[in-house]
Amino acid sequence: MTGSPAHARRLTRFFQLLPAIFFTVLVAGFSVMSSRFFSLQNFTNILLQAAHLAVMAVGMTFVLLVAGVDLSVGATMYIVAVTLALYLSASPTWICLLIAIAIGVAFGSVNAFFVVKLRVAPFIVTLATLFVGRGVGLYLSDTRMVLAGPAVSGFAHESLLGVPAPVFLEAASLAAAFVLLRLTPFGRSVYAIGGDREGARKVGINVEKVTFAVYCLCGAFAAIGGFISLSQAAAAPSTFGEHKEFLVIAAAVLGGTSLFGGHGGLLGPVFGAILIQTVQNGLVMIDADPYIYPLITAAIIFIAVLVDSLRASAIARLERRRIRVEEEETVEAVAST
Amino acid sequence: MPTKTAMSLDQARPADVRRLPLLSLRDVTKSFFGVMVLHGVSFDLQAGEVVGLVGQNGSGKSTTMNILGGVHQRDSGEIVIGGTHYKPRVPRDAEDAGIAFIQQELNIFANLSVEENLLMGRFPQLGKWLPVISFGRLRERARQLLAAVDLNVSPQASASTLSPGERQLVEIAKALSLNAKIIIFDEPTTSLTSRESERLFALIERLRYQGIGIIYISHLLADVMRLADQIVVLRDGQVVWRGPKVTITVDNLVTAMVGRSIETLFPSRSRRGTTGPTVLEVERVSQPGVVRNVSFSVAEGEIVGIAGLMGSGRTELARILFGLDPFESGRVVVTGRPFVKPEPRACIAGGMAFLTEDRRQEGLMMDGSVAANLELAALPEHVRGISSRIQDRGLRQRMLALKEQLDIKSRDLWVTPVRTLSGGNQQKVVIGKWLLRQPKLFILDEPTRGLDVGAKEEVNKAIAQLADAGTAVLMISSELEELMGMCDRVVVMNRGELGRIIERSAFEREAIVKAAIWKGIGT
Repeated sequence: MTGSPAHARRLTRFFQLLPAIFFTVLVAGFSVMSSRFFSLQNFTNILLQAAHLAVMAVGMTFVLLVAGVDLSVGATMYIVAVTLALYLSASPTWICLLIAIAIGVAFGSVNAFFVVKLRVAPFIVTLATLFVGRGVGLYLSDTRMVLAGPAVSGFAHESLLGVPAPVFLEAASLAAAFVLLRLTPFGRSVYAIGGDREGARKVGINVEKVTFAVYCLCGAFAAIGGFISLSQAAAAPSTFGEHKEFLVIAAAVLGGTSLFGGHGGLLGPVFGAILIQTVQNGLVMIDADPYIYPLITAAIIFIAVLVDSLRASAIARLERRRIRVEEEETVEAVAST
Repeated sequence: MPTKTAMSLDQARPADVRRLPLLSLRDVTKSFFGVMVLHGVSFDLQAGEVVGLVGQNGSGKSTTMNILGGVHQRDSGEIVIGGTHYKPRVPRDAEDAGIAFIQQELNIFANLSVEENLLMGRFPQLGKWLPVISFGRLRERARQLLAAVDLNVSPQASASTLSPGERQLVEIAKALSLNAKIIIFDEPTTSLTSRESERLFALIERLRYQGIGIIYISHLLADVMRLADQIVVLRDGQVVWRGPKVTITVDNLVTAMVGRSIETLFPSRSRRGTTGPTVLEVERVSQPGVVRNVSFSVAEGEIVGIAGLMGSGRTELARILFGLDPFESGRVVVTGRPFVKPEPRACIAGGMAFLTEDRRQEGLMMDGSVAANLELAALPEHVRGISSRIQDRGLRQRMLALKEQLDIKSRDLWVTPVRTLSGGNQQKVVIGKWLLRQPKLFILDEPTRGLDVGAKEEVNKAIAQLADAGTAVLMISSELEELMGMCDRVVVMNRGELGRIIERSAFEREAIVKAAIWKGIGT
């Protein structure tokens, strides 16, 4: 029975559910180990803490969907934080947000230029811009901690109709991403490119243009994430946003986005971000040794990637071309659908 | 001679009845790297007509279609569509001219829905300046298109849930949505069940009545005879026969396809006919979706060929035998020991060697030196103990001997990168790599593909030497001449099954081709 389409289909369904199972087990575990964990107050906290990660994971999803990757999102966060804190501390909130997005788009377009025009592997390009970005940030800040202006730090404490501003911004970003990905031809071509790049070219999609836009989008979402995070922390040390890229990718992948392109949605990454934040919050709540945090984070990333490659091979088995047609098998497949 | 009959038939028709053809090719030629692959191909396609295009692998069918599709540009000749001159530069030009292709490899995005697949790249929008997909109109249009091909699935269903036959119908619906006047089918039935094929044929009939011109390319001559009005036979880049279906029989078609080509020289073999003990025994090996009930054997010093069309399962069988892919049932016995857990390492240890179809990707480290490539498979033998120092001298001697034996032309074995060698010499390096291990069984997949005549001869000579030295050779080739020149026996594969086993004394081109293309063997 192994290797049959029905089996592979069941397997993919199982992998879709796996993060949810994981989440339930975690919540149950933390609740038992700490009385403070299972409370409305703490869950609101987790949602607030996860906001920046969720926005960034949504941006990352676009890139992952075209089978690319962006390692420079943490650096983008840092540059945004440094710029806002050093040069725009007197500007109103909306100007700060717009400029943050502009920085993100600019940063993304540098990545896009190398990936699309010069055809350098995205992994290499964004690894390089990760260091460039952080380097520029450290140069501007003199490696000192920078403090957010009142307009930015105040943003975290505002609320609209009872919804905290960061969550509101998160929802707005998510809505924009939803419209782009689900409702526009652009979004459909993102999936098409991830599914079959050559095929996408054949049906007349401008693959270069779409890929370029995707990296700019990811930059913009990373910048929004940086904005939210800075406003919540009110200050950015020189390690601000460091290693964030891995958590962001893990969140997207835990949420069902494939590293191999073409598969994934938007709610999944948001869920993935909440899952990761739950773990970090839970570890604090149960007073875990801070030195085991990286180990736990590593385990999450490992699980995410493992699930993804198992899922990808299950999907590949579903889509494999067959040489001979086994009549019995097709009858069975029809019956099971 | 048959061509003449067709011409005279054409001329016999009264002038006023003759319509302007939908598509007309005149003396189309094409060369790749100085090798002429199309020598003046001409034929017409009328509206509402099915032209069957047949020919062996490499006869020029694909090149002709690629020229029509704007993938390649012709060197000379003329193509006219509906009275206007046609010279496509990119695939989009072909689409604009009303030509649609239904390829063997379907262009379906399995990660998207049926409706999205149908209208990808041309989504209806809410407004000209509002790039938001109008899902209502999309669904409506998708429903019409699905109805046109009589496919009863939900437009929102994921394309991954469709069977190959349904995917093909989606592809045809896509062609219809582009208002295609000419639809070209390339081996459309290879992955279809017989019921799906029937459905396709009925649809083709319907399209015909709508005045669409169809070019139907297939190896399955029975299907071609059933569907086509006109048949065009290509061989070596030339139209060797063309005319109405009713004027030819299947047997004559096969003869026209096969023809006779230039005699190539094959090395003589000293051991021919004197076979030793059996080295490879394959018993009823099956893997669902790939091969079924394959049984044959290869003895020491014997060369056995696997004939068959591309996609008949030849390469897949070779991969199974070398432990690269799994098989579900059956038995493979190598030198008396059955495969327990087939995997390449065990196969190599058991004295097997495998030369892959694509030496550039799988067989060679292109930037490595000739020696670095040669020693690769033999290294474990020359490593002594856990210190793992490679015992160099013996290996050196053997490599130099090998260079002589195979006549590998490189200046310095330890310096010259493989990339700089000619195709034939590269292939000799791959063969030499395995020779160092003195394999008992050597599986070669298309060993002479892409080589010029001289290099082919040299590679074949190396293979013959191998067999003479006692190695059992299993050789896959698309070239019938080569199999007939080299092999003691040919097994013919057809849709993953073993069609026939033909001994050297009974070698006959027509028999092999028939076994390879006949539909319905063993079912």
